[in-house]
Amino acid sequence: MCLGIPGKLVEVYQKDELPMGKADFGGVVKEVCLAYTPEAQPGEYVLVHVGFAISRIDQDEADQIFSMLAQMEELADSAPELDSPAPSPPSWPTPQ
Amino acid sequence: MKYVDEYRDPEVVWQLAAQIRRLVRRPWNIMEICGGQTHAIMRFSLDSLLPPQIRLIHGPGCPVCVTPVEIVDRAIELAGRPRVMLCSFGDMLRVPGSRKDLFTAKSEGADIRVVYSPLDALRLAQENPDREVVFFAIGFETTAPANAMALRLAKQRGVKNFSVLVAHVLVPPAIEAILQAPGCQVQGFLAAGHVCTVMGLEAYRPIAEKYRTPIVVTGFEPVDILQGILCCVRQLEQGRHEVENAYGRSVRPEGNRHAQRQIEEVFQLADRKWRGIGLIPASGLELRPPYWEFDAVRRFGLEGLVAEEPAECLAGQVLQGQKRPPECALFGLQCTPEHPQGAPMVSAEGVCAAYYRYRRNLDAAGSLKKGP
Repeated sequence: MCLGIPGKLVEVYQKDELPMGKADFGGVVKEVCLAYTPEAQPGEYVLVHVGFAISRIDQDEADQIFSMLAQMEELADSAPELDSPAPSPPSWPTPQ
Repeated sequence: MKYVDEYRDPEVVWQLAAQIRRLVRRPWNIMEICGGQTHAIMRFSLDSLLPPQIRLIHGPGCPVCVTPVEIVDRAIELAGRPRVMLCSFGDMLRVPGSRKDLFTAKSEGADIRVVYSPLDALRLAQENPDREVVFFAIGFETTAPANAMALRLAKQRGVKNFSVLVAHVLVPPAIEAILQAPGCQVQGFLAAGHVCTVMGLEAYRPIAEKYRTPIVVTGFEPVDILQGILCCVRQLEQGRHEVENAYGRSVRPEGNRHAQRQIEEVFQLADRKWRGIGLIPASGLELRPPYWEFDAVRRFGLEGLVAEEPAECLAGQVLQGQKRPPECALFGLQCTPEHPQGAPMVSAEGVCAAYYRYRRNLDAAGSLKKGP
């Protein structure tokens, strides 16, 4: 029910005093209300729920998980003794 | 599709699952709040990638499932009134009321329209001035801004034949209710990414602090869900209990201020009954007095129509994560998506429907059933 679909804005305009736009969802273009993302510009991706864009997708944030995993891969690849088991993580103090 | 396909990349999912396996030392129970997350977990079998120490408990975050039977009865009653056109999201049509569902009412001749957006309902009202158009406004915080906008526009445009049957519910009070329930086993939460896109993180901080329970805001694709679980397990293993955002591409810490202002203008906090769970104080939204003229309950005098939940199915316990769907005697026999006895069997996001669709061949203990 709280489904949100990312769509690429292809057009923005005013209609009946509301900021509106057209978003492309993998080839299907639908009208969306931009009242809650009035800064959104064509070319940007917005997250759409029941016809309303509720956020603009942040590309840098979107990349983070992939770059984090890539870094870990690199670390694993450069580890000197590949055959030895991974060291156990340090035990962290419990914050009070 | 961008922002979907790369978050379903099996290799990335596998890497994340390996990270979780490497990290986990002790057994943990983690609840995913949102029905959309439950559906993805079942659909992609994400739980089967997790180490045996991690148990996922499915939460009550499906608005279709928690809308009380009384409000469904009111919608059915309204749909049967002369000149009324009832507009609803499609999911609500097969939710059982006390005697029947909206789908049956429609087949008996009631004018019930499925709409994609509340703005479609408002447009129908403007196009049909001789009809009374009622919108069945269900949903969590994610849907509230859309419904609030339909009401603001109705007021601005003076649309007199439009009203709403409000059944809005809120996530943070439900999390507290789950944490306060006797025998609560939940040790960490995956919060609902789209609810937090609208509302931000603030409301969750006091809960994480008070109950010393980590709350990780999580998205809906396989990579998102495993990332959420990874963050949650890391906190649990390190003895931390913070609110953490693992869905940064959509969620800002402050949420969407434009949307919050619109909700604030139209709605105020109210006590709400949750189907199968009962009354949770201040867990819903109702119209503010300037919007009472659009309240379908007042306009059509439905205050007296009350109903009690049927006792036969385990929906309440399932929605609170105390039971799994296959533990219910009705599951898959008397209760199927075609003939649901309880609301969680109705919506694709309902936990019973997700189990029926993807896990029907497993018994209550999770092993493969013998026979046909």
